[in-house]
Amino acid sequence: MTDHRHDAGRDVSDVHALSGAYAVDALDELERARFEAHLAQCADCRDEVAGLQETAALLGLDDAVAPPAPVREAVLSGIESVRPLPPRVPHAPARVVRSLTSRGLLVAASVIAVLALAGAVVLNPFGSSDDGQPSATERVLASDDAMRVHQTLPSGASATVVLSRSEGRAVVLTDDMDPAPSGQVYELWLQTPRGDMVPAGIMPDRSDAVMLLEGDASQATGVGITVEPEGGSPQPTSDPIALFALDS
Amino acid sequence: MSGERPLAGGEPHRDSPSTEPSDLADLLKRSARGDHAAFAVLYDATSPRLYGLLLRVVRDRAQADEVAQEAYLEIWRQASRFDPDRGSALSWMMTIGHRKAVDRVRSAEAAGRRDSTYLHRNQPVSHDETAETVLSTLDAKRVRAALAQLTDAQRQAIELAYFGGYTHTEVAALLDLPLGTAKTRIRDGLIRLRDTIGVGQ
Repeated sequence: MTDHRHDAGRDVSDVHALSGAYAVDALDELERARFEAHLAQCADCRDEVAGLQETAALLGLDDAVAPPAPVREAVLSGIESVRPLPPRVPHAPARVVRSLTSRGLLVAASVIAVLALAGAVVLNPFGSSDDGQPSATERVLASDDAMRVHQTLPSGASATVVLSRSEGRAVVLTDDMDPAPSGQVYELWLQTPRGDMVPAGIMPDRSDAVMLLEGDASQATGVGITVEPEGGSPQPTSDPIALFALDS
Repeated sequence: MSGERPLAGGEPHRDSPSTEPSDLADLLKRSARGDHAAFAVLYDATSPRLYGLLLRVVRDRAQADEVAQEAYLEIWRQASRFDPDRGSALSWMMTIGHRKAVDRVRSAEAAGRRDSTYLHRNQPVSHDETAETVLSTLDAKRVRAALAQLTDAQRQAIELAYFGGYTHTEVAALLDLPLGTAKTRIRDGLIRLRDTIGVGQ
């Protein structure tokens, strides 16, 4: 942990110092997302966190109490209906994936081309490497004016939109999202002050994701998620499954 | 630590010798492939320690039961993500369980969890509920000795965070520390513990 090159952002330089609090789960939701965004690109912090988590776990080993038998039964019957996640394979993108197109309108063909590419190459999760520059995602999560709107979806999944007007960008964090129905995708939208919905990218196909929305969010009045045909749509074709109102 | 004695009888798998760290890693690997029997052995080998931690954090028996289920389902789901190069299987499982427990106490805050706190906490744990602990007496002594070497401030901050489930900001307020210093104490304390115990060596 001698690498303190992250001095470009006001708050980002001391993000390393959160490693201990992260290891004992003493970060709030926003700090946790921010630190995990940092972890994805800081090998020093990953090493340090691994050691500190190992250490913290020792603290909890001291008072063993056998759980009641019904817990065992519930666990062993519960796993019957849970599919273990596949292992991470070397060329797959990391847990956190950058939105797949550049700014602008979604063009179905190019999206498909980029998706094909994404399967074959390592995507840099935050669009910046260890060059010491905080990524746009990190800057949003660390910004002083970060505004956070949380929603639990009917499926039990949860999603949080973090908006920074000063950065002009928004980030969505998802937890436990079910996969989109076969042949469909989750598309994100930024709502303009006039009420129009502007495409803001397609959510990566994973249950827990951190994604930077495309487009200028400095004036956005809301963020929506809809289910769209594969490749996405230029405008929503169904009612949103989640709508996040952003106060101006 | 009243649990040095082995369980009489017990669950089918409990007496299996599969409690060596390398065995736990192997059981996780087999679980990732969908091996239910391996997961049952893993559960029996680890659940007293995980449950003990969950109970200490959430403090309430009924909640600990629920969190234990959540934690083990998550361990099953994520088994393939365990990387033996980054740490032990047990601490990986404890990390998942601890996160679940902390998330639970924070979301239950509004629901008045603390009402039932001391009721359960002060009930003695009966002997047949106390499982043998895998942490050897020697290891436990090393951890305690290492804890004793921390400053009071470091130890308090770590305990409030790890067992209390408080955020570093809340820990700072509880300990009358300037904002932002609790996270430093937690990190410094953990690093000292790590180096004293010799984790990862």
